[in-house]
Amino acid sequence: MSSVALQPGIGRLPRGRAHQRWRRFRNAFMLGLTGLCTLLVLIPLFLILYYVVRQGLPGLHWSFLANAPKPVGEPDGGMGNALVGTLELLGLAIVVGIPLGIGAGVYVAEFRGETFAHVVRFAADVLNGIPTIVTGMFIYGLVVVPLHHFSGWAGGLALAIILVPVVLRTTDEVLRTIPVSYREAALALGASRWDVIWRVVLRAAQPGLVSASLLGISRIAGETAPLLFTALNNSFWSFKLNQPMASLTVQIYNFAIAPYDEWHALAWTGALTLILLVLSLNILARLWSRWRSPRRTA
Amino acid sequence: MATSNPSSTNEPALSPAGGSLPLGLAPLPTREASPAGAPQETVVDARNVNFFYGKHQVLFDINLAVQAREIFALIGPSGCGKSTFLRTLNRMNDTIPGVRLEGEVIVNGRNIYAPGTDVIGLRRTVGMIFQRSNPFPFSIFENVAYGLKVNGLARGRREQEAVVESSLRAAGLWDEVKDRLHKPALALSGGQQQRLCIARALAIEPEILLMDEPASALDPIATTRIEELALELKAKYTIVIVTHNLQQAARISDRTCFFLMGRVVETGPTQRMFTNPARKETEDYITGRFG
Repeated sequence: MSSVALQPGIGRLPRGRAHQRWRRFRNAFMLGLTGLCTLLVLIPLFLILYYVVRQGLPGLHWSFLANAPKPVGEPDGGMGNALVGTLELLGLAIVVGIPLGIGAGVYVAEFRGETFAHVVRFAADVLNGIPTIVTGMFIYGLVVVPLHHFSGWAGGLALAIILVPVVLRTTDEVLRTIPVSYREAALALGASRWDVIWRVVLRAAQPGLVSASLLGISRIAGETAPLLFTALNNSFWSFKLNQPMASLTVQIYNFAIAPYDEWHALAWTGALTLILLVLSLNILARLWSRWRSPRRTA
Repeated sequence: MATSNPSSTNEPALSPAGGSLPLGLAPLPTREASPAGAPQETVVDARNVNFFYGKHQVLFDINLAVQAREIFALIGPSGCGKSTFLRTLNRMNDTIPGVRLEGEVIVNGRNIYAPGTDVIGLRRTVGMIFQRSNPFPFSIFENVAYGLKVNGLARGRREQEAVVESSLRAAGLWDEVKDRLHKPALALSGGQQQRLCIARALAIEPEILLMDEPASALDPIATTRIEELALELKAKYTIVIVTHNLQQAARISDRTCFFLMGRVVETGPTQRMFTNPARKETEDYITGRFG
């Protein structure tokens, strides 16, 4: 034992090649397993994309984007009104939801240690977990029933309610990554707390906030349930928010369950359009945070 | 703001770091420490300052006075409270919840802990340089102009450009960055970033500069530049510097204050402190027996 004591560790080494081989095998096996999982995760994604493109691409013509749905049997029906409706509903949700979410997120991040901030953060998590159809029912009871009709306002509001907690939490997370040293530097220069938030923290966080917002928007772009009994749907061109409003998701749903082949085809093309919309928002979010992140090279 | 001649008589004798101990024997600047007879103006006066983090007391009965346009060094082992004390002078400790201060800190004749004190105005008068350089992730220009903007000092672009240039010149950084003012500040080297932070602090024309170990994260050459800069700035500003580096205190400060366990052990002219300390603890510390 004395020689072992002089050279610590040596005594335990002679396990030999067999052990080394086993380690190497285990390493390769486990790494391979994680690779396999990744592959399995990617398969559904690409299958969905492939299938939607195959089914939807043939119908993606100008008439699809330019026309509203037409009665069964008439050619050149489209979902242009639904695309515009979706954009309008998203616009309303953005105008209401993003400032509210960022504003509350700044508060929660700024008053981090206080009980009320914890309560708000917890409430946002709960709100995030509420099934979106419940949000739709809530707006139905709050807006649709008292006004006696479905409307774009109701739909946009329902989407905004889903957007707010997402933006709030991501804002909180993004602001957390801003170093305390920036705050100290600004305070030491005679900045007020608001100056610090506005001219340093939010500015430094801007790339993160923009991409967080875009991701939140792409999430609500795909929502169907909250629109079913708020914005309802509309088969005609209508830009009025106080009227029932078409949206891609509800339109796809309606056409997909209808018994007509040409409507099925339209639903596929609608699905493709929706996927392209969400995908481009996601890509935009990525690019934005890459372009606008503070670079260290001159 | 004209930069004084870098080769002024205040040029410290910069002996290579790691000189022989005791440090007091290292060559010292041949300048008068707080010249006797000259009228002295006390700009910072701490009276019976006690400071608490919650129930935990970290400063005990601090009494010390800083004179106008001197470099006043705070030395002492880690955790002795020197940084905490420095941060009481511009009320940076206010940002920490649960802190409490007893006693008075008089800056320019006013107790800055009196109710109704304009903390923002105080921080305009008392600038601060931090241990780790902390430029904002904006351009060099915007960093220096930040204080002007939040304090509404220089309105036009022209005026801002003038102040940014003079501040960068005063911080000895202008020649290095004049061609890339609108490039990100984070692309600068560590020493340049720290000088940028000094320029940023100078832009709002403070009277007092607090430096919290400004060179501790820098290499020897960058450290030398910061020290030379401090000596130049002394012509216009009062500087209170916390340092772990005893040679640094010996090289640049006029007076030194030794902190130990939250108390002031001894304050005096730097040369005397390092050659002939009055207290045993001071001698033990500066000769490296502890700390």
